[in-house]
Amino acid sequence: MNLLTKYMGLNLKNPIVPSASPLSQDVDTVKAMEDAGAAAVVVYSLFEEQIVHESGELDHYLSNHTDSYAEALSYFPEPEKFHLGPYQYLDHIAKLKKSVDIPIIGSINGVSNGGWIKYAQNIEQAGADALELNVYYIPTNPNIPGSEIEKMYIDTLKAVKSKVKIPVAIKLSPFFSSMSNMAKKLDEAGADALVMFNRFYQPDFDLEKLEVAPNLMLSTNWEMRLPLRWIAILYGNVKASMAATSGIHSHLDAIKIIMAGGDVAMMCSELLLNGVNRIGQVVEGMKLWMEENEYDSIEMMKGSMSQKSTAEPAAFERANYMKMLQSFKTLL
Amino acid sequence: MERRKITIDGNEAAAHVAYRVSEVIAIYPITPSSTMGELSDAWSARQIKNIWGTVPTVSELQSEGGASGAVHGSLQSGALTTTFTASQGLLLMIPNMYKIAGELTSTVFHVSARSIAASALSIFGDHSDVMATRQTGFGLICSNSVQEVMDTALIAHRATLESRIPFIHFFDGFRTSAEVMKIEELSDDDIRAMIDDEKISEFKKRALSPEHPFIRGTAQNPDVYFQGRETVNKFYDPCPEIVQNAMDEFAKITGRQYKLFDYYGAPDAKRIIVIMGSGAEAAQEAVEFLTERKEEKVGILKVRLYRPFSAKHLLAAFPKTVEKIAVLDRTKEPGSLGEPLYLDVVSAISEAMGSNKPPFAKMPKIIGGRYGLSSKEFTPAMVKAVFDNLKQDEPKNHFTIGIIDDVTFTSLDVDESFVTEGDEVVRCLFYGLGADGTVGANKNSIKIIGEETENYAQGYFVYDSKKSGSTTVSHLRFGRKPIHSSYLIQSAKFVGCHTFGLLEKFDVLGNIENGGTFLLNSPYPTEEIWDKLPTKVQQQIIDKKLNFYVIDGYSVANKTGMGSRVNTIMQTCFFAISGILPKDEAIEQIKKSIKKTYGAKGEEIVKKNFEAVDQTLDNLFKIDVPAKATSSIQIPPTVSPKAPDYVRDVLAKMMEGKGDQVKVSEMPIDGTFPSATTRWEKRNIALEVPQWDPEWCIQCGKCALVCPHAAIRIKVYDKALLKDAPATFKSMDAKGKEFPDGYAYTIQTAVEDCTGCELCYEVCPAKNKKETRLKALNMVPQIPIREQESVNYDYFLNLPEIDRRLVNTGLVKSNQLLEPLFEYSGACSGCGETPYVKLVSQLFGDRAMVANATGCSSIYGGNLPTTPWAVNKEGRGPAWSNSLFEDNAEFGFGMRLAVDKQFQFANELVVKFTDKLGKEFVDAIVHADQKDEAGIYDQRERVAELKKKLSGVNSVDAKKLLEVADYLVKKSVWIIGGDGWAYDIGYGGLDHVIASGKNVNILVLDTEVYSNTGGQMSKSTGMGAVAKFAAAGKPTPKKDLAMMAMNYGNVYVAKVAMGSNDAQTIRAFLEAEAYNGPSIIIAYSHCIAHGINMAKGMESQKLAVDSGYWPLFRYNPDSLKEGKNPLKLDSKAPKIKLEDYIYKETRYKMLTKSHPTEAQHLLVAAQEEVLKRWKIYEQMAGFDFSKNGGEEKSESKN
Repeated sequence: MNLLTKYMGLNLKNPIVPSASPLSQDVDTVKAMEDAGAAAVVVYSLFEEQIVHESGELDHYLSNHTDSYAEALSYFPEPEKFHLGPYQYLDHIAKLKKSVDIPIIGSINGVSNGGWIKYAQNIEQAGADALELNVYYIPTNPNIPGSEIEKMYIDTLKAVKSKVKIPVAIKLSPFFSSMSNMAKKLDEAGADALVMFNRFYQPDFDLEKLEVAPNLMLSTNWEMRLPLRWIAILYGNVKASMAATSGIHSHLDAIKIIMAGGDVAMMCSELLLNGVNRIGQVVEGMKLWMEENEYDSIEMMKGSMSQKSTAEPAAFERANYMKMLQSFKTLL
Repeated sequence: MERRKITIDGNEAAAHVAYRVSEVIAIYPITPSSTMGELSDAWSARQIKNIWGTVPTVSELQSEGGASGAVHGSLQSGALTTTFTASQGLLLMIPNMYKIAGELTSTVFHVSARSIAASALSIFGDHSDVMATRQTGFGLICSNSVQEVMDTALIAHRATLESRIPFIHFFDGFRTSAEVMKIEELSDDDIRAMIDDEKISEFKKRALSPEHPFIRGTAQNPDVYFQGRETVNKFYDPCPEIVQNAMDEFAKITGRQYKLFDYYGAPDAKRIIVIMGSGAEAAQEAVEFLTERKEEKVGILKVRLYRPFSAKHLLAAFPKTVEKIAVLDRTKEPGSLGEPLYLDVVSAISEAMGSNKPPFAKMPKIIGGRYGLSSKEFTPAMVKAVFDNLKQDEPKNHFTIGIIDDVTFTSLDVDESFVTEGDEVVRCLFYGLGADGTVGANKNSIKIIGEETENYAQGYFVYDSKKSGSTTVSHLRFGRKPIHSSYLIQSAKFVGCHTFGLLEKFDVLGNIENGGTFLLNSPYPTEEIWDKLPTKVQQQIIDKKLNFYVIDGYSVANKTGMGSRVNTIMQTCFFAISGILPKDEAIEQIKKSIKKTYGAKGEEIVKKNFEAVDQTLDNLFKIDVPAKATSSIQIPPTVSPKAPDYVRDVLAKMMEGKGDQVKVSEMPIDGTFPSATTRWEKRNIALEVPQWDPEWCIQCGKCALVCPHAAIRIKVYDKALLKDAPATFKSMDAKGKEFPDGYAYTIQTAVEDCTGCELCYEVCPAKNKKETRLKALNMVPQIPIREQESVNYDYFLNLPEIDRRLVNTGLVKSNQLLEPLFEYSGACSGCGETPYVKLVSQLFGDRAMVANATGCSSIYGGNLPTTPWAVNKEGRGPAWSNSLFEDNAEFGFGMRLAVDKQFQFANELVVKFTDKLGKEFVDAIVHADQKDEAGIYDQRERVAELKKKLSGVNSVDAKKLLEVADYLVKKSVWIIGGDGWAYDIGYGGLDHVIASGKNVNILVLDTEVYSNTGGQMSKSTGMGAVAKFAAAGKPTPKKDLAMMAMNYGNVYVAKVAMGSNDAQTIRAFLEAEAYNGPSIIIAYSHCIAHGINMAKGMESQKLAVDSGYWPLFRYNPDSLKEGKNPLKLDSKAPKIKLEDYIYKETRYKMLTKSHPTEAQHLLVAAQEEVLKRWKIYEQMAGFDFSKNGGEEKSESKN
């Protein structure tokens, strides 16, 4: 059984890759992921905000109230050196590279073409095999047209690409007017992979306190239908590799992604819920299913249910919507 | 050899040498010496080595007494050991100093000399402390300037090893210890060249060792003790020569020659001043001026080695022509014939003149005077006044200089127009706020000027005594000649005002020279600036023909993400306008210094500051000054005309920064000041203040409870009173059964007293249901509502206070109607301590006596000019006093003894008058139940009646009873202080007092560090927290003071955190006070030293409790009487991880950035400790103390 897959130039032993999550903060856990069969690991994200605000916060609280009162000109000892977020992250990447053999994919999360982009280069220098660029942006400003948002994605990607030699994946929002066009542009801008999609954590309300209460809701497997659709549509239309990253909880979910045309299926919520050993079970499940259904390799099934390959290309389009509505009516 | 030029302060200069020639350093924080210990600790943490290649061990003790004990032990055990201290700290070292000197042990203590607390504490500089040690046998050697501090430190360390006499090396607190000066650094090679290794060998050979044992420190009897004391003479006699030799040796190495007594002035001087310390620098400047420009025959003799006092060297230093000598002492010895230096000089000269070889043809006239106490300014004009006094045939002796003594007329008149400041020195003054970074920027500027140009440079910084909204004045001098001006700038070429509002607070342009440059940071557009200036300022700009520049620094700061810190921006303006360096070079140097200052904190910070620099010059404008002043803006009076006379006449001068003009007659003779004076000091420091929206208010009272400044208040009153209310005065119907129908409820902000901390806004639970971002309290800009709300507040204050008998003290919503008798203190904005202090004042203030340990609470509670401890309309209020840092428990204990004794005596006397007063009345008094407000009210009524009845009785007993009758009313004794006091320096006393069984209430305001002196570790500091002296995180767990107190069994103990459970806090305070025995409340007090957003301070408290780090409980021994477990846990088992609490605070989080590995280990250990302690408390709270429970247990054992 050949589970090999190629993802943005990396030869992976199987298509299961844990996506960026707190699980990768601990070297031992990453080692356990490798032991369980993970083909690569996307490390937790280094946030632009973390880079900018961590030093700002440190400076603020260390300098706040200094030189104000004769008896206490300062309130903290000032070490000569701080190991700030970027450096801790880079050290961590280096440690992971020493501890595991599978590819390590660094992740950087930001929205501007600012100075933080140089940390992409640092991540490469720290030994990462590839980089995932996570552009997490909610366009709330009514004065910014969609074209500008799209440009920002492209510019950010180009800026990062110009700094590093390792492959760069871009993790996308699902909210583009023309996803296909956007994917094409990113492809042309040099994206080595498209990771679909960012799960925007939606706010909730605490009705007792009358406060907006952000909280983490883990994914459920129906959420993988969105990447499933877009991977199926884009398969064959872009050079970049494709990964799905929402709602993959089982080997069947992963198989569907591959059939849609994805190169890897990324897992997160399932691992947070049921532990990293689930990776092994999913890989085994894939193997069994493939055996039972007589698939020799991942390559064989890759894209087999994509829009191009399926018997019902309209199922991925508006026509499908009408069909769904009608099927709903017939149920009544 | 070319030595490095560095720009540092006196403390660093001393520590630089002391660190390099020590193996062990024992420390304890005290202003102004703390920096020396902090630097040593920081260097040790960075593994910086001494001259022998090893890193000195730096260890913090629990007090200066402890530090000196550790020094003694370390010295006796052969390690070269030093310490740093000042003031009361030095006094605590005295017992050990006798021992160390008596045993001829080589050491140097470095002392930034400071006043001693007498009728008042002062943190500032004079020689009162070192003069109190002159009998210990220590040598005393003095430095007058920052360069001298570094030099003399080394000379002292060399001399002590050679002479075996231990030394105090001292320099003036603040004036020298905190003055930043360009000096030449002594290299390790210089230091090595001065220290004789052979002498160190001898020192080590004398140490205790089981390898060659002996005993030292015997007890002796009348037969030999005396002889033993005389054995040391042969070491003291040669000591001055040894010191002089060390000075000579030093001169060979560095070229700087010092003498035991250095003379400066006319070689044929007739009038000479003898002086020691930084004042000698100002005196030298005056002498230079008088001799060179006026050709006066004057001079000064600088005393460097004061003990052992060498008459021989003194006499040799005087010119033979001397006729009159004025000896200036920077100390006061009441009752003495004169101050110590004066007496020494008189003795030396008298003895010599009576000898066979008199040194002078005629006995010079010698007079003595006092100057400069508590850093009182000492200027060349004052020096001249002393010389002028000497001109008199009968000069005034035992004079004072620098004050106006209109009581005993000791003071000399000073001609203020005598100014020696010339063109060769550039002088600049900067007025700023503590929060805007002005001082930090000026320190950097001085470093740039000192280290990047040929100029000599000096910086001195003056702070006010407030912890919130404090103002700073920076004094910068630089020029091509060495600077001796050890006094504040009198005329400046450049004045920067970094906060517009200060134009109304200070006479900012009072000291600017004609034709000088004035830089103003203004929030107004350039074209509006002129009209926004007060008339007086406009006129000064016109009259003095000033070059007037403005910048909207706030806008540049905002644009570049600098927040409120305009430091870099104003610094750039200063360099651009002053032209000290070419523009590009200046900018390059500023950027270099930014990189040095902020580099460790991340490139983003550096970038932000660079942007601020780059954007500054485009926003800097020169204003065309109109020919006439056109403004109608007048500077308002400092205090209201309604203020009492003393406030208007005396305290107002201090508020204006003109306290130097206060005369002796205007000061109290014994340190007694009126209470309730902060209410006259309207500081207007809040940019935003809370505004009440009654529509949504649920009348919970939490806002008033948490307000650190008593600036948000609640009243319930008869609605009829609203008829005269101002138009914008708000009210709503009062809710609550205890109030009659028709009562109104108002929450009112004192907008001029509020500091804008937002604690009230954060704690307000009532949301505006139409717009949930709003609450029943919302922060709004202060200026637009200032006038209206001031009128409203005045009206509010005049509404009647609640009848205390109506209040349910156990409920926050009810007890917050009680008038706070602790108001508008100078505490930090958002202070976590003052809400507890205020609560004491509300619940018990009208009968409270407060013993307050030195620390934050004694500063915001008792630092002039004004006091927050207030008085109610009946004239009652907390009686407050501060004794010392270390003795506060005992001080309060003494109060209790006095109260109890007089209560007992009053009762005895009342009984004696049974026949006259009637048995019923006497019994009612003697057996009065004063457990609640009603009981206390009734007893007060009885005592008033008693006084009336006794007024006509002419007997000794009646008079005695009238003296003590007030003690028949219950008094509540509160002992208040921080953790530095309770856990460390005062623990011995605290332990004794709680063991005594006496009815005192101890409130520990636990910030877990020495907050007042700048965040040094105490035994209360949590494991893993970064504090000064614990740069790598405190490795041991917090001391469990509560558990130790509970151990006695008869002590009421509570641990509270208002932000987690205010009802529990209230219960604890009420129970502690009601408990007829010792009680201790340990109160979580969030603090700026935690590195948190102070607006979220109450949230921090909640997290501490939720994590189990700070369990809430009450241990009430009275419960035992009812067969109940005395320990009641008031918080639940840990529900969040420790890291979810501690990593919200910089004090913990920074360790993950500075020492990541240690942080990980300490987090694990600290979490384990939290769980372990919780289990112990849980088990203790679960014990069955009922009779049956006990029997069951004993039965089961059988």
